[in-house]
Amino acid sequence: MATTAETFQAHGDAHDHAHDHDHKPAFFARWFMSTNHKDIGTLYLIFAIFAGIIGGAVSGLMRLELEQPGIQYLTMWATWFDGKPAEMNTALHLWNVLITAHGLIMVFFMVMPAIIGGFGNWFVPLMIGAPDMAFPRMNNISFWLTVAGFCSLMASAFVPGDTTGYGAGIGWTAYAPLSTYGSSGPAVDFAIFSLHLAGAGSILGAINFITTIFNMRAPGMTLHKMPLFVWSVLVTAFLLLLSLPVLAAAITMLLTDRNFGTTFFDPAGGGDPVLYQHLFWFFGHPEVYIMILPGFGIISQIISTFSKKPVFGYLGMAYAMVAIGVVGFIVWAHHMYTTGLSVNTKMYFTAATMVIAVPTGIKIFSWIATMWGGSLSFKAPMVWAMGFIFLFTLGGVTGVVLSNGGIDDNLQDTYYVVAHFHYVLSLGAVTALFAGFYYWFPKMSGKMYSEVLAHVHFWIFFIGVNLIFFPMHFLGAQGMPRRYPDYPAAYEHWNYVATLGYKIMAVSVLVFLVNILYAFVAGKKAEGNYWGEGATTLEWTLTSPPPFHQFETLPVIEDATH
Amino acid sequence: MKSESATLMKFGETARRAASTLLVTGATIGFSLAALPQLALAQAAEAAATAAPEAAATAAAAGSYVPMKPVAGIGQPIDGAYGFQQQFSPTGHYAEWMHNAILMPIITIITLFVLLLLVIVVARFNKRANPVASRTSHNTLIEVVWTLLPVLILVGIAIPSITLLARQYKPAPDNAITIKATGNQWFWTYTYPDNGGFEVISNMLPDDEAIKRGEPAKLGADFRMVVPVGEPIRLQTTGADVIHSFAVPSLWFKLDAVPGRINEKVLQIEKPGVYYGQCSELCGARHGYMPIAIEALPRDKFDAWVLAQGGTKDHQPKAAAPAAAAPAVVPAAAEATEAAATASAAPAA
Repeated sequence: MATTAETFQAHGDAHDHAHDHDHKPAFFARWFMSTNHKDIGTLYLIFAIFAGIIGGAVSGLMRLELEQPGIQYLTMWATWFDGKPAEMNTALHLWNVLITAHGLIMVFFMVMPAIIGGFGNWFVPLMIGAPDMAFPRMNNISFWLTVAGFCSLMASAFVPGDTTGYGAGIGWTAYAPLSTYGSSGPAVDFAIFSLHLAGAGSILGAINFITTIFNMRAPGMTLHKMPLFVWSVLVTAFLLLLSLPVLAAAITMLLTDRNFGTTFFDPAGGGDPVLYQHLFWFFGHPEVYIMILPGFGIISQIISTFSKKPVFGYLGMAYAMVAIGVVGFIVWAHHMYTTGLSVNTKMYFTAATMVIAVPTGIKIFSWIATMWGGSLSFKAPMVWAMGFIFLFTLGGVTGVVLSNGGIDDNLQDTYYVVAHFHYVLSLGAVTALFAGFYYWFPKMSGKMYSEVLAHVHFWIFFIGVNLIFFPMHFLGAQGMPRRYPDYPAAYEHWNYVATLGYKIMAVSVLVFLVNILYAFVAGKKAEGNYWGEGATTLEWTLTSPPPFHQFETLPVIEDATH
Repeated sequence: MKSESATLMKFGETARRAASTLLVTGATIGFSLAALPQLALAQAAEAAATAAPEAAATAAAAGSYVPMKPVAGIGQPIDGAYGFQQQFSPTGHYAEWMHNAILMPIITIITLFVLLLLVIVVARFNKRANPVASRTSHNTLIEVVWTLLPVLILVGIAIPSITLLARQYKPAPDNAITIKATGNQWFWTYTYPDNGGFEVISNMLPDDEAIKRGEPAKLGADFRMVVPVGEPIRLQTTGADVIHSFAVPSLWFKLDAVPGRINEKVLQIEKPGVYYGQCSELCGARHGYMPIAIEALPRDKFDAWVLAQGGTKDHQPKAAAPAAAAPAVVPAAAEATEAAATASAAPAA
């Protein structure tokens, strides 16, 4: 990206060192052996965009197949892929490979790298006034482990998954025993190993963030003066650190069950398939907050900037995220209401899950209260952020419906659940990502994008995703199960609408890519603080893009800053 | 690659092939003997070998079973619909009421309220209407209000929610009939331990066959799970290979079929009819092709169907329950009038 452009020191007082410190390594050393948090952040963002395009294309294949009942394309695709006429089961197995790939890519290789690896790396050190991350070389390892994980997942598509075809068709949740003796081929081992690699990368990243935030804040920046984005990354890092080892243990047991004759999840040897689900969701539920919490942080920064007001109820906002993180660890079994939990267990998880709505509500209302009385300018990031608030609210209230164990009996594993988690992730986390991208892109690249295209992108995206996912509530209420390549004719109408929505959404992605291209080719040069008086965090005191090494003299935070 | 992997084929696959061959045979005979379909059913259920001829004769006398025609829009999805399928179970009614009368109004109001606030903010506090931003960043009262008010709303939701759970998981009465649904890759088998332990193997009908029979494609099954209407049924689920899930949207029923354990829940159907569902836990390639078809019949017709399968009458519910014999696990102790089938029944129970 444009960080290759000539940059300037922000602070005159560091001028005598500038010559030494702004010397950038040569291309290979700079991008493949990087220890610079901004370069690593850039790498993460490029990687996430790349993976997001692949994961998004996979969902395009899925929506195309689902446009009508019956199998229209899968047999053809499977034939191309295998190089020989595909049997029906091979075609159907390809479907399971697609849903697995879409889920894993979007969770582990798009949202997480972009929101934590990308924006976290870029802006946590800038916002706390630190020169870099605490462990720059470990930061580099984190990134390349993620890339290695992605390669392992891609490799899984080219080896047999089970008796019927190539690739791992186990769902992103990899439930045993489908993922153990239910899928005999090596593709599943590759997919599991990819999670090990990505998980190890994320754990190292989490250690790095926690160390950086606790030890490298500029003088005067107490924890209670940190920007909310930094708070969100701090909470997220703790969630990663506590939940990922559980996933690592669970999927390691999958590997030994598959390859070394253990029976952790095999009832024939005294194991329990439901144990895997407990372990997985002990990780899996914090994982969904890992994906959304940094988004909360980004939205808080943007709303405050464009309202020209400090965030309303700062402490409440920070501790609401802490509360979401803590409660997020004790609600996992609401993903398992139909597995045969006892009624008392279901009652507990119903009540605990509902509790999450309280801190989430505090965040929604505090954002609105931040805008209340403000002087709002509706620049692209602000429009995306307001879109986020509405879409996240919609996804949140269906979460309240699903939290009820008794209601969930009819909705578990249906399209209602698909609609719910895409509203909070695809329309929530991804909308926050785009908001953050438009907020910080000129800061990172030094170039302004086209404001008009950014708004066009928003509106096409907004219409498209709502057309995709809103009808899915109806499909789910009518009983359409998830992960089906084919369905009874009575589900055709809303599936057709959803596929139409996908096509609209796909156009918006083209607008996005064109806008990036425009910024690099014809974009105006960005000033240091191109958002004006509302933007008060430390990254706006630097040039755009910031110097290769910033804050060689640490900024001092005075009492009035937050 | 294919030839190697073929040797790795496991669990269910072989069984499925064998079963479908058997079923094709069974179905063929069934059509040729249209007058006596119960014979074909008995064959498909692998009970024919042991079923004594007189049992079949008794069954025929009791009234021959003809698969019920489903009613469009009942027990199956409706194209373009917005809400739930019409409900036919007591928990279904309660849950639907809770969803429609409590949850939907609350979530609609909250969403519209947030939308309204956003519209007000856009209209009143844009930089033209309000050039100078206030610096307000705290208001303890309002923060307490928007913390406590959601708590109260959630308590209001939790009360019916907990009630619903309690009702859903009330154990079946001791004398309820037990039926066991086993998920296989990729078909269901239904065992009737209280009725001599015969087994029904249920595969999805091919699309054209389903339409010919007047059933919705992808939902119709060659042999249905036939159950008595109006009485609580102790439905047990288990998985033979991987995890499956037994789900019927119009009966508000979903219970995973997990290998190595038996899950149990009460199923009660209010009206005779055909109710469709689909497997709801990813179970491999043909996950989408193992529908569930339940046919609820009045007691007498159900008994006749049972006899036609070579089964035996179970103890009737509400009949003066004799003694404390746990009926669920001792099906053979039931009033076994037709002894012929019991020999083959024991393993299934």
